[in-house]
Amino acid sequence: MPSQPRALQLLNILSALLLAAAAIMVFTYAPTEKVMGEVQKVFYFHVATAWVGMLGFIVAAVVAIIYLRTKDLKWDAIGLAAVEISLVFFFVAIFLGSIWARPAWGTWWTWEPRLTTAAILEMVYLAYLLLRQGLEDPERRARFGAVYTILGGLSVPLTFISIRIFRTIHPVIIGTGGSEKMNMEPAMLTTMFFSIFVFSIIFVTLFWHRIRLGQYAEKIEHLKLKLSQ
Amino acid sequence: MNPTPDSPRPSSYLRATLAVAWKDLAAELRSRELLSAMLVFSTLVILIFYFALELDVKARNGITAGALWVTFAFAGTLGLNRSMAIEKDRGCLDGLLLAPVDRSAIYFGKALSNLAFMLIVEIIVLPLYSVMYNINLFNPGLLAVTLLGSIGYTAVGTLLATMSVQTRTRDVLLPILLFPVVIPVLVAAVKASSGYLTGADINEITPWINILIVYNIIFIAVAFMVFDFVVEE
Amino acid sequence: MIEVKKLYKRFGLKTVLRGVDFSVQPGEFVALLGPNGAGKTTFLRILASLSRPSLGQVHVAGYALPGQSAAVRQRLGVVSHMPLLYGDLTAEENLQFYGRMYNLPALDERISAVLEMVGLTTRRRDLVRTFSRGMQQRLAIGRAVLHDPDVMLFDEPYTGLDQDASEMLDAVLKNVAAAGRTVVMTSHDLARAEDLATRFDILSRGIIAASARPADLGNTNLLAFYKQALAS
Repeated sequence: MPSQPRALQLLNILSALLLAAAAIMVFTYAPTEKVMGEVQKVFYFHVATAWVGMLGFIVAAVVAIIYLRTKDLKWDAIGLAAVEISLVFFFVAIFLGSIWARPAWGTWWTWEPRLTTAAILEMVYLAYLLLRQGLEDPERRARFGAVYTILGGLSVPLTFISIRIFRTIHPVIIGTGGSEKMNMEPAMLTTMFFSIFVFSIIFVTLFWHRIRLGQYAEKIEHLKLKLSQ
Repeated sequence: MNPTPDSPRPSSYLRATLAVAWKDLAAELRSRELLSAMLVFSTLVILIFYFALELDVKARNGITAGALWVTFAFAGTLGLNRSMAIEKDRGCLDGLLLAPVDRSAIYFGKALSNLAFMLIVEIIVLPLYSVMYNINLFNPGLLAVTLLGSIGYTAVGTLLATMSVQTRTRDVLLPILLFPVVIPVLVAAVKASSGYLTGADINEITPWINILIVYNIIFIAVAFMVFDFVVEE
Repeated sequence: MIEVKKLYKRFGLKTVLRGVDFSVQPGEFVALLGPNGAGKTTFLRILASLSRPSLGQVHVAGYALPGQSAAVRQRLGVVSHMPLLYGDLTAEENLQFYGRMYNLPALDERISAVLEMVGLTTRRRDLVRTFSRGMQQRLAIGRAVLHDPDVMLFDEPYTGLDQDASEMLDAVLKNVAAAGRTVVMTSHDLARAEDLATRFDILSRGIIAASARPADLGNTNLLAFYKQALAS
């Protein structure tokens, strides 16, 4: 079994260091928000994990189209990796979000568009995994998985739009906000963008590991098959 | 997506689509097993709503649209499952795939008959609900929304049922696959229906109608493009 | 009529067909024999355009698969061990449905002729689910010849049939083959194959292990030939 390539080993270390740096930055560099207090600090990683979830979602949809065009099972493994990472990171984002929501809005869960859409996206991912589990033939599994990822990739934005037409209590962070726009000091913005950058690196690292894991799983299948013959 | 759609005659695509739909309707009118299951189930759901939600006169107005669409969505999965299981169990799907037509014609035929089944159920359930809860549901706007919502639901449902019927978990899987991706249809249909029932301003209803139309166009187009991938081997 | 070169079919990591070379001349009736799991059904599904080859060239009736599959399907009739019929439709309605799928002209006359050929004229208005297994299988053959195909594929057509039904099916199959059609039939019933086929090919472990015509067999019977082919 080949050991991890140098670049990946480097990424492992880099990810750990950057995560530590981001944590230190959140607690020492970023000022404490006046209204919400300490709990607002959860916001930086909340945004960053949601960003990674979003990245995974987009990668999965693009890779699904590539798979259907090329029929190369390599792309299926990559798509699965993207879905799994997105699933986990959206879960973390939802979890951090509700830690924040409790003091901010007095409730663990709100039917806010982004939060609700994230929850529905998690359901799409779980359905995707259940679909794969019900199929033996790897090619059919890959094809159906890709088709379903594309359906999810199109319906989830529409879900977001349709829920968005309801009133929202989520603060609009960037762009033209409503009255609930959060007051972001420059140091806060810097911390947020740094966190997003750090988690993007972590995304690449995990993605790489997950793809390698997929390759090993395939190798084991090969070996099992050889033994059984 | 078929590499060579070299059909012998130009009308063969339409003829095949209609043949598939006709075949489903003819078989169903004889056995009535799919429609009766959907109807009995719908009636049960409506009855359960009465006890579960204590639908007194005041609560009714706000909840009618939601109750109707929950009923349609659940009854719909019954019909979709059954309609694809008939093809799969006796190997008929292979028979369809052996025909020298583009495979999307089969999809459109199945989607058409599924839509017909759903509309038949809705045409019976709406008056039934009207009578049981003493609400007037004969509203052209509501009927139009019902049609639009059912089109989107069956367009995606037919595609997903074709997939789920080929898995080990089969019928259990369809609602799990279908509901998360059909949420825009359900949200928009409930909101638009409720708008028409409460006599809301047309400007409040239009966005929901737009969502339904956009969803239908996108998903019919996607299903047309990917159906081949769902039936090939 | 059928040309297959170096055909491979993989399902994931499992290779079912490993370089099948197979050629059938017009009018031949080839019995494809082999143990369960040898890949007979997979091979037939590829010829029927229901399954894509992983590698290799397949030509049926002069058209390439999977590229020209619509043209192949137009000239192909398939009978499998499943009847591919709708139980809640009558015999006539089933044929009407398939006739429309093939966009056939003068459908009614064709249906009457086909029902006559498979001996189901008197049952034409009865629901298929009231049919016995043998009658369903005969109607399935009627469905397969409806569009007058040049090439016919039979996948274990005798599965689940009793003696009488098998004999009636024999007669229909001979009739179908006599019309100058090219036939490939999979079976593990050697006696039936010996009776019908003009050539025996043995598929074992994903390749054609042996091929013989009745004249080549000489004194050895088909069973001995079959066992010898599997052993090698």
